[in-house]
Amino acid sequence: MRLLASDLGCVRSGREVFAGLGFSIAGGEAMVVLGRNGAGKSSLLRMIAGLVRVAAGRLALEGGDPEFTLPEQAHYVGHQDAIKPALTVQENLEFWASYLAGPATAKAAPEAALEAFALADLAALPAAYLSAGQRRRLSLARIVAVKRPVWLLDEPTSALDALAQERLAALMRAHLDGGGIILAATHTPIGLAGTKELRLGEPA
Amino acid sequence: MSGLAALLERDIRLAVRLGGGAPMGVLFFLIVVTLVPFALGPDLALLRRIGPAILWLGALLASLLALDRLFAADHEDGSLDLILMSSVSLELAVATKALAHWITTGLPLVIAVPVLALFLGLEPWTMGAVALTLLVGTPALTFIGTVGAALAVTLRRGGLILAILVLPLTIPVLIFGVAAANSAAVGPVPFGAPFTILCGLTLISFVIGPFAAAAALRHGLE
Repeated sequence: MRLLASDLGCVRSGREVFAGLGFSIAGGEAMVVLGRNGAGKSSLLRMIAGLVRVAAGRLALEGGDPEFTLPEQAHYVGHQDAIKPALTVQENLEFWASYLAGPATAKAAPEAALEAFALADLAALPAAYLSAGQRRRLSLARIVAVKRPVWLLDEPTSALDALAQERLAALMRAHLDGGGIILAATHTPIGLAGTKELRLGEPA
Repeated sequence: MSGLAALLERDIRLAVRLGGGAPMGVLFFLIVVTLVPFALGPDLALLRRIGPAILWLGALLASLLALDRLFAADHEDGSLDLILMSSVSLELAVATKALAHWITTGLPLVIAVPVLALFLGLEPWTMGAVALTLLVGTPALTFIGTVGAALAVTLRRGGLILAILVLPLTIPVLIFGVAAANSAAVGPVPFGAPFTILCGLTLISFVIGPFAAAAALRHGLE
């Protein structure tokens, strides 16, 4: 499996964010997207997630499931956490687990996903009472509950404590060992060794 | 299919827990209908004659109340992004959300009609006709409304623009809904003709609404 981008361009409300961007990430590889604020890190992740129009160039997932589009094979964890305060932690996770999983997609039990981020004790608590870090962990639990090969993580470690960062790093390593692809936009180290780097907004 | 069932369950659960939709809609409906006799005076014959129209207008306005949150809430917390990334088609997701919205706001209005019809002194037969036309017609109001809700999703004061966008489109539904209810009450047109057209309008809205709303959502992405 290989995520390929060639000559990628992004235009948002008439302003060119980046252009001529190319990279290739093979299965089992992680790439960290670096760059100053406003360099287009989030735009790049959202473009791969199919949420921002591809203004120029080409994006493809080679060796993926031909039945599904690239966004349907990717997990996106952005700044907004898609959590409903009126639902409990478990209900939030179960909804996304059944909505994001295709009929044939492997699905871990929501309990296991909650356990992976130490949320099992909070399962029956309405999400309105979660702290910022707990919301982030619930949001990340989604990517464990449904198996998708590409992980797009926007500032995944923000608001996470040291223990949760370690858990996330361990999960990312397991995902890479299973042949998955990770693309993370971040300013802080995410705890993975041997990652590729992509710098945005600097003359190449 | 399990994804759509989960979405339906989630939206109904949210509406019940937040308590915004059904009780507020029914209360608003009650207030509109109660105000009319104060404005017109206690002329029972007049009220009886225009009763079906009042009930239809009240239901139309009440059904608009919570519509602006239909997609805006999901847009603000990022849920809409994930809905777009699912392999479930967006058109079906829109239709499911509209169905959940109708169950939590439209259906309670239909159930409230018999009580409100008493206020206006309607005959039992007319009351039944109004309830039946609203049962058939309110889904059309919701499905037409989804298009407006999808267009207004990124606007901060979406509720106002939504009413302006949606109300003109609901005129045909209003005309044939009231015509069917009136024909049952006073004649002379048989009930069947306007009622069948109303059914047709609802079916058309089922087809056009989700596709137009999904197109509007995709276009409004950026």
